[in-house]
Amino acid sequence: MIALDGNAIAGDLLEVFGVDLTAATCECAVCGASGFLAEAVVYTRGPGHVARCRACGEPLMVLVTVRGITCVDLRGIAALAAGPARSAL
Amino acid sequence: MERTAIRRRLTWQLARVVEGVTETARTTSIVLAAADWQGHLAGQHVDVRLTAEDGYQAQRSYSIASAPEDEHLAITVQRLDDGEVSPYLTALRPGDELELRGPIGGYFVWEERLGGPLLLVAGGAGVVPLRAMLRHHRAIASDVPVRLLYSARTRSDLIYRAELSEYETTITLTDEEPEEWNGRTGRIDSDFLAETAWAPAERPLVYVCGPTGFVEAVADALVALGHGADRVRTERFGPT
Repeated sequence: MIALDGNAIAGDLLEVFGVDLTAATCECAVCGASGFLAEAVVYTRGPGHVARCRACGEPLMVLVTVRGITCVDLRGIAALAAGPARSAL
Repeated sequence: MERTAIRRRLTWQLARVVEGVTETARTTSIVLAAADWQGHLAGQHVDVRLTAEDGYQAQRSYSIASAPEDEHLAITVQRLDDGEVSPYLTALRPGDELELRGPIGGYFVWEERLGGPLLLVAGGAGVVPLRAMLRHHRAIASDVPVRLLYSARTRSDLIYRAELSEYETTITLTDEEPEEWNGRTGRIDSDFLAETAWAPAERPLVYVCGPTGFVEAVADALVALGHGADRVRTERFGPT
Protein backbone atom coordinates (compact mmCIF):
# COMPACT_ATOMS: atom_id res chain seq x y z
CA MET A 1 0.00 0.00 0.00
CA ILE A 2 1.31 3.42 -0.93
CA ALA A 3 2.15 5.64 2.00
CA LEU A 4 1.11 9.26 1.74
CA ASP A 5 1.66 11.96 4.36
CA GLY A 6 -0.32 14.02 6.84
CA ASN A 7 -1.50 16.43 4.15
CA ALA A 8 -3.81 13.63 2.99
CA ILE A 9 -5.89 13.69 6.18
CA ALA A 10 -5.88 17.47 6.61
CA GLY A 11 -9.53 17.79 5.55
CA ASP A 12 -10.83 15.21 8.02
CA LEU A 13 -8.76 16.75 10.83
CA LEU A 14 -9.95 20.25 9.97
CA GLU A 15 -13.53 19.04 10.03
CA VAL A 16 -13.11 17.42 13.45
CA PHE A 17 -10.88 19.95 15.20
CA GLY A 18 -11.81 23.18 13.42
CA VAL A 19 -8.17 24.21 12.95
CA ASP A 20 -5.48 23.08 10.56
CA LEU A 21 -3.28 20.45 12.17
CA THR A 22 -0.84 19.75 9.34
CA ALA A 23 1.39 22.57 10.59
CA ALA A 24 1.06 21.36 14.19
CA THR A 25 4.07 19.78 15.86
CA CYS A 26 3.40 16.27 17.02
CA GLU A 27 5.44 14.23 19.53
CA CYS A 28 5.41 10.44 19.25
CA ALA A 29 4.36 8.73 22.48
CA VAL A 30 6.65 5.77 21.77
CA CYS A 31 9.98 7.17 20.56
CA GLY A 32 9.63 10.85 21.44
CA ALA A 33 10.43 12.07 17.94
CA SER A 34 8.80 15.35 17.10
CA GLY A 35 7.73 16.65 13.71
CA PHE A 36 5.02 18.34 11.71
CA LEU A 37 1.90 16.23 11.42
CA ALA A 38 2.10 16.91 7.65
CA GLU A 39 5.26 14.76 7.67
CA ALA A 40 3.67 11.72 9.32
CA VAL A 41 3.44 8.53 7.22
CA VAL A 42 -0.23 8.11 6.36
CA TYR A 43 -2.11 5.12 4.95
CA THR A 44 -5.57 5.98 3.65
CA ARG A 45 -6.76 2.89 1.84
CA GLY A 46 -7.76 0.79 4.83
CA PRO A 47 -11.14 0.92 6.60
CA GLY A 48 -9.80 4.04 8.30
CA HIS A 49 -6.79 6.32 8.02
CA VAL A 50 -3.64 5.61 10.03
CA ALA A 51 -0.87 8.15 10.65
CA ARG A 52 2.46 6.67 11.74
CA CYS A 53 5.59 8.22 13.19
CA ARG A 54 8.18 8.81 10.45
CA ALA A 55 10.99 7.96 12.89
CA CYS A 56 9.79 4.71 14.50
CA GLY A 57 6.72 3.65 12.51
CA GLU A 58 4.39 3.36 15.50
CA PRO A 59 0.83 4.66 15.05
CA LEU A 60 0.27 8.27 16.06
CA MET A 61 -3.36 8.61 15.10
CA VAL A 62 -6.23 6.56 13.72
CA LEU A 63 -9.28 8.13 12.08
CA VAL A 64 -12.37 6.13 11.21
CA THR A 65 -15.50 7.63 9.70
CA VAL A 66 -18.70 5.61 10.05
CA ARG A 67 -22.08 6.94 8.93
CA GLY A 68 -20.79 10.50 8.88
CA ILE A 69 -19.19 10.42 12.33
CA THR A 70 -15.40 10.55 12.53
CA CYS A 71 -13.73 8.88 15.51
CA VAL A 72 -10.13 9.91 16.22
CA ASP A 73 -7.74 7.86 18.37
CA LEU A 74 -4.80 10.00 19.51
CA ARG A 75 -3.16 7.59 21.96
CA GLY A 76 0.06 7.50 19.99
CA ILE A 77 0.64 11.22 20.44
CA ALA A 78 2.36 12.48 23.59
CA ALA A 79 1.95 16.16 22.72
CA LEU A 80 0.43 18.20 19.94
CA ALA A 81 1.28 21.88 19.58
CA ALA A 82 -0.54 23.94 17.00
CA GLY A 83 1.80 25.79 14.68
CA PRO A 84 2.07 29.56 14.49
CA ALA A 85 -1.18 31.11 13.36
CA ARG A 86 -1.46 31.45 9.61
CA SER A 87 -2.73 34.64 8.14
CA ALA A 88 -6.46 34.54 8.55
CA LEU A 89 -8.63 33.64 5.62
CA MET B 1 -16.90 38.65 2.92
CA GLU B 2 -16.17 40.13 6.33
CA ARG B 3 -13.40 38.47 8.28
CA THR B 4 -14.41 37.04 11.61
CA ALA B 5 -12.41 35.70 14.51
CA ILE B 6 -14.29 32.42 14.43
CA ARG B 7 -13.42 30.14 11.58
CA ARG B 8 -16.43 28.76 9.81
CA ARG B 9 -16.84 25.05 10.14
CA LEU B 10 -15.48 23.16 7.17
CA THR B 11 -18.50 22.03 5.20
CA TRP B 12 -19.25 20.57 1.80
CA GLN B 13 -20.43 23.01 -0.80
CA LEU B 14 -21.57 22.78 -4.38
CA ALA B 15 -19.33 24.15 -7.09
CA ARG B 16 -20.32 24.61 -10.71
CA VAL B 17 -17.98 23.74 -13.56
CA VAL B 18 -17.15 26.84 -15.60
CA GLU B 19 -14.93 25.07 -18.10
CA GLY B 20 -12.57 22.19 -18.60
CA VAL B 21 -9.11 22.89 -20.01
CA THR B 22 -7.23 20.03 -21.63
CA GLU B 23 -3.65 20.24 -20.34
CA THR B 24 -2.31 16.94 -21.71
CA ALA B 25 -3.85 13.75 -23.06
CA ARG B 26 -4.37 12.58 -19.49
CA THR B 27 -4.83 15.78 -17.51
CA THR B 28 -7.62 18.30 -17.43
CA SER B 29 -7.96 21.50 -15.44
CA ILE B 30 -11.45 22.02 -14.07
CA VAL B 31 -12.35 25.66 -13.54
CA LEU B 32 -14.98 26.06 -10.85
CA ALA B 33 -17.36 28.68 -9.52
CA ALA B 34 -18.11 28.13 -5.84
CA ALA B 35 -20.52 30.66 -4.38
CA ASP B 36 -19.38 30.16 -0.78
CA TRP B 37 -15.64 30.04 -1.51
CA GLN B 38 -13.73 32.04 1.11
CA GLY B 39 -10.39 32.27 -0.66
CA HIS B 40 -7.25 30.18 -0.25
CA LEU B 41 -3.47 30.24 0.08
CA ALA B 42 -1.13 29.02 -2.65
CA GLY B 43 -0.38 25.33 -2.05
CA GLN B 44 -3.64 24.38 -0.32
CA HIS B 45 -5.97 21.66 -1.56
CA VAL B 46 -9.65 20.78 -1.67
CA ASP B 47 -11.47 17.54 -1.00
CA VAL B 48 -13.89 16.50 -3.74
CA ARG B 49 -16.79 14.15 -3.02
CA LEU B 50 -18.85 12.19 -5.50
CA THR B 51 -22.13 10.49 -4.57
CA ALA B 52 -23.59 7.69 -6.68
CA GLU B 53 -27.32 7.16 -7.08
CA ASP B 54 -27.25 4.35 -4.53
CA GLY B 55 -25.65 6.66 -1.96
CA TYR B 56 -22.10 5.31 -2.27
CA GLN B 57 -19.59 8.12 -1.82
CA ALA B 58 -15.99 8.51 -2.94
CA GLN B 59 -13.73 11.29 -1.75
CA ARG B 60 -10.35 12.50 -3.05
CA SER B 61 -8.01 15.41 -2.42
CA TYR B 62 -6.85 17.68 -5.25
CA SER B 63 -4.35 20.50 -5.07
CA ILE B 64 -5.64 23.91 -6.05
CA ALA B 65 -4.05 24.93 -9.36
CA SER B 66 -5.16 28.56 -9.35
CA ALA B 67 -3.62 31.49 -7.49
CA PRO B 68 -5.61 33.14 -4.71
CA GLU B 69 -5.81 36.19 -7.00
CA ASP B 70 -7.34 34.30 -9.94
CA GLU B 71 -11.00 34.87 -10.73
CA HIS B 72 -11.95 31.22 -10.41
CA LEU B 73 -10.88 28.24 -8.39
CA ALA B 74 -9.24 25.53 -10.51
CA ILE B 75 -8.01 21.99 -9.91
CA THR B 76 -6.02 19.85 -12.33
CA VAL B 77 -6.96 16.18 -12.48
CA GLN B 78 -4.91 13.35 -13.95
CA ARG B 79 -7.13 10.66 -15.40
CA LEU B 80 -6.45 7.07 -14.40
CA ASP B 81 -8.50 4.79 -16.60
CA ASP B 82 -9.18 2.33 -13.80
CA GLY B 83 -9.66 5.12 -11.25
CA GLU B 84 -12.86 5.52 -9.32
CA VAL B 85 -13.04 9.31 -9.35
CA SER B 86 -10.72 10.82 -11.97
CA PRO B 87 -12.49 9.47 -15.12
CA TYR B 88 -15.70 11.08 -13.88
CA LEU B 89 -14.05 14.41 -13.08
CA THR B 90 -12.23 14.70 -16.40
CA ALA B 91 -15.54 14.09 -18.23
CA LEU B 92 -17.38 16.95 -16.49
CA ARG B 93 -18.98 19.59 -18.71
CA PRO B 94 -19.66 23.28 -18.09
CA GLY B 95 -22.69 23.65 -15.84
CA ASP B 96 -22.16 20.30 -14.09
CA GLU B 97 -21.86 20.46 -10.33
CA LEU B 98 -19.67 18.70 -7.82
CA GLU B 99 -19.24 18.79 -4.06
CA LEU B 100 -16.08 20.13 -2.50
CA ARG B 101 -14.77 21.37 0.81
CA GLY B 102 -11.80 23.58 1.55
CA PRO B 103 -9.44 25.27 1.47
CA ILE B 104 -7.41 22.69 3.39
CA GLY B 105 -3.83 22.66 4.71
CA GLY B 106 -1.58 25.13 6.49
CA TYR B 107 1.79 23.43 6.07
CA PHE B 108 2.35 23.08 2.32
CA VAL B 109 1.59 26.74 1.58
CA TRP B 110 3.74 29.62 0.49
CA GLU B 111 3.13 33.24 1.40
CA GLU B 112 5.55 36.07 0.74
CA ARG B 113 6.27 36.61 4.43
CA LEU B 114 7.92 33.16 4.46
CA GLY B 115 10.55 34.51 2.08
CA GLY B 116 12.97 32.44 0.05
CA PRO B 117 14.82 31.94 -2.15
CA LEU B 118 11.91 29.79 -3.17
CA LEU B 119 12.79 26.43 -4.72
CA LEU B 120 9.89 24.39 -6.11
CA VAL B 121 10.52 20.75 -7.04
CA ALA B 122 7.77 18.86 -8.89
CA GLY B 123 7.36 15.25 -9.95
CA GLY B 124 4.59 14.74 -12.50
CA ALA B 125 1.24 16.11 -11.35
CA GLY B 126 3.05 17.42 -8.26
CA VAL B 127 3.53 20.58 -10.29
CA VAL B 128 -0.10 21.60 -9.61
CA PRO B 129 0.22 23.30 -6.17
CA LEU B 130 3.61 24.71 -7.20
CA ARG B 131 1.98 26.34 -10.22
CA ALA B 132 -0.45 28.03 -7.80
CA MET B 133 2.59 29.35 -5.89
CA LEU B 134 4.20 30.64 -9.10
CA ARG B 135 0.99 32.38 -10.15
CA HIS B 136 0.62 33.90 -6.68
CA HIS B 137 4.26 35.02 -6.72
CA ARG B 138 3.66 36.79 -10.00
CA ALA B 139 0.28 38.24 -9.00
CA ILE B 140 1.80 39.99 -5.99
CA ALA B 141 4.93 40.98 -7.98
CA SER B 142 7.12 39.37 -5.33
CA ASP B 143 10.86 40.08 -5.26
CA VAL B 144 11.62 36.67 -3.73
CA PRO B 145 13.81 34.69 -6.16
CA VAL B 146 11.93 31.62 -7.37
CA ARG B 147 12.97 28.59 -9.39
CA LEU B 148 11.07 25.48 -10.50
CA LEU B 149 12.60 22.05 -11.11
CA TYR B 150 10.06 19.85 -12.89
CA SER B 151 10.40 16.17 -13.67
CA ALA B 152 7.97 14.41 -16.04
CA ARG B 153 8.04 11.09 -17.85
CA THR B 154 7.79 12.40 -21.40
CA ARG B 155 7.39 15.71 -23.16
CA SER B 156 3.71 15.02 -23.78
CA ASP B 157 3.17 14.57 -20.02
CA LEU B 158 4.25 18.14 -19.24
CA ILE B 159 1.41 20.14 -17.69
CA TYR B 160 1.24 23.97 -18.10
CA ARG B 161 4.28 23.82 -20.35
CA ALA B 162 3.77 27.16 -22.11
CA GLU B 163 2.96 28.97 -18.87
CA LEU B 164 5.93 27.53 -16.99
CA SER B 165 8.33 28.76 -19.67
CA GLU B 166 7.62 32.27 -18.37
CA TYR B 167 9.41 31.39 -15.12
CA GLU B 168 12.92 30.19 -14.32
CA THR B 169 12.15 26.53 -14.92
CA THR B 170 14.38 23.50 -15.42
CA ILE B 171 12.53 20.58 -16.95
CA THR B 172 13.82 17.03 -17.04
CA LEU B 173 12.32 13.98 -18.76
CA THR B 174 12.83 10.57 -17.19
CA ASP B 175 11.41 8.17 -19.80
CA GLU B 176 12.16 9.87 -23.09
CA GLU B 177 14.97 11.65 -24.86
CA PRO B 178 13.22 13.43 -27.71
CA GLU B 179 14.98 14.96 -30.65
CA GLU B 180 15.22 18.74 -30.56
CA TRP B 181 14.96 18.71 -26.78
CA ASN B 182 16.96 21.43 -25.09
CA GLY B 183 15.88 20.50 -21.56
CA ARG B 184 17.46 17.82 -19.43
CA THR B 185 16.87 14.11 -19.10
CA GLY B 186 17.08 11.75 -16.14
CA ARG B 187 15.85 11.86 -12.59
CA ILE B 188 16.20 14.72 -10.12
CA ASP B 189 18.99 13.26 -8.01
CA SER B 190 21.76 14.63 -5.85
CA ASP B 191 23.95 15.77 -8.78
CA PHE B 192 21.00 17.41 -10.48
CA LEU B 193 20.10 19.31 -7.29
CA ALA B 194 23.69 20.33 -6.63
CA GLU B 195 23.76 21.90 -10.07
CA THR B 196 20.33 23.51 -10.28
CA ALA B 197 19.29 24.37 -6.70
CA TRP B 198 20.57 27.24 -4.60
CA ALA B 199 23.45 26.26 -2.31
CA PRO B 200 22.52 25.21 1.24
CA ALA B 201 24.29 28.34 2.55
CA GLU B 202 21.64 30.45 0.84
CA ARG B 203 18.99 28.60 2.84
CA PRO B 204 16.38 28.21 0.13
CA LEU B 205 12.86 27.39 1.23
CA VAL B 206 12.01 24.21 -0.68
CA TYR B 207 8.62 22.75 -1.57
CA VAL B 208 8.65 19.23 -2.98
CA CYS B 209 5.47 17.67 -4.38
CA GLY B 210 4.94 14.45 -6.30
CA PRO B 211 4.42 10.73 -5.90
CA THR B 212 5.72 9.33 -2.60
CA GLY B 213 8.90 7.77 -4.02
CA PHE B 214 9.85 10.95 -5.85
CA VAL B 215 9.30 13.16 -2.81
CA GLU B 216 11.31 10.96 -0.49
CA ALA B 217 14.22 10.66 -2.92
CA VAL B 218 14.37 14.42 -3.47
CA ALA B 219 13.93 15.34 0.19
CA ASP B 220 16.63 12.85 1.25
CA ALA B 221 19.00 14.16 -1.42
CA LEU B 222 18.44 17.76 -0.34
CA VAL B 223 19.18 16.95 3.30
CA ALA B 224 22.26 14.94 2.29
CA LEU B 225 23.49 17.98 0.35
CA GLY B 226 23.28 20.03 3.53
CA HIS B 227 19.87 21.67 3.27
CA GLY B 228 18.13 21.95 6.62
CA ALA B 229 15.22 19.52 7.02
CA ASP B 230 13.27 22.44 8.49
CA ARG B 231 13.59 24.26 5.14
CA VAL B 232 12.13 21.39 3.11
CA ARG B 233 8.34 21.03 2.99
CA THR B 234 6.81 18.02 1.32
CA GLU B 235 3.51 16.78 -0.02
CA ARG B 236 3.04 13.25 -1.32
CA PHE B 237 0.17 11.99 -3.41
CA GLY B 238 -1.00 8.64 -4.65
CA PRO B 239 -3.17 7.41 -7.52
CA THR B 240 -6.76 8.67 -7.50
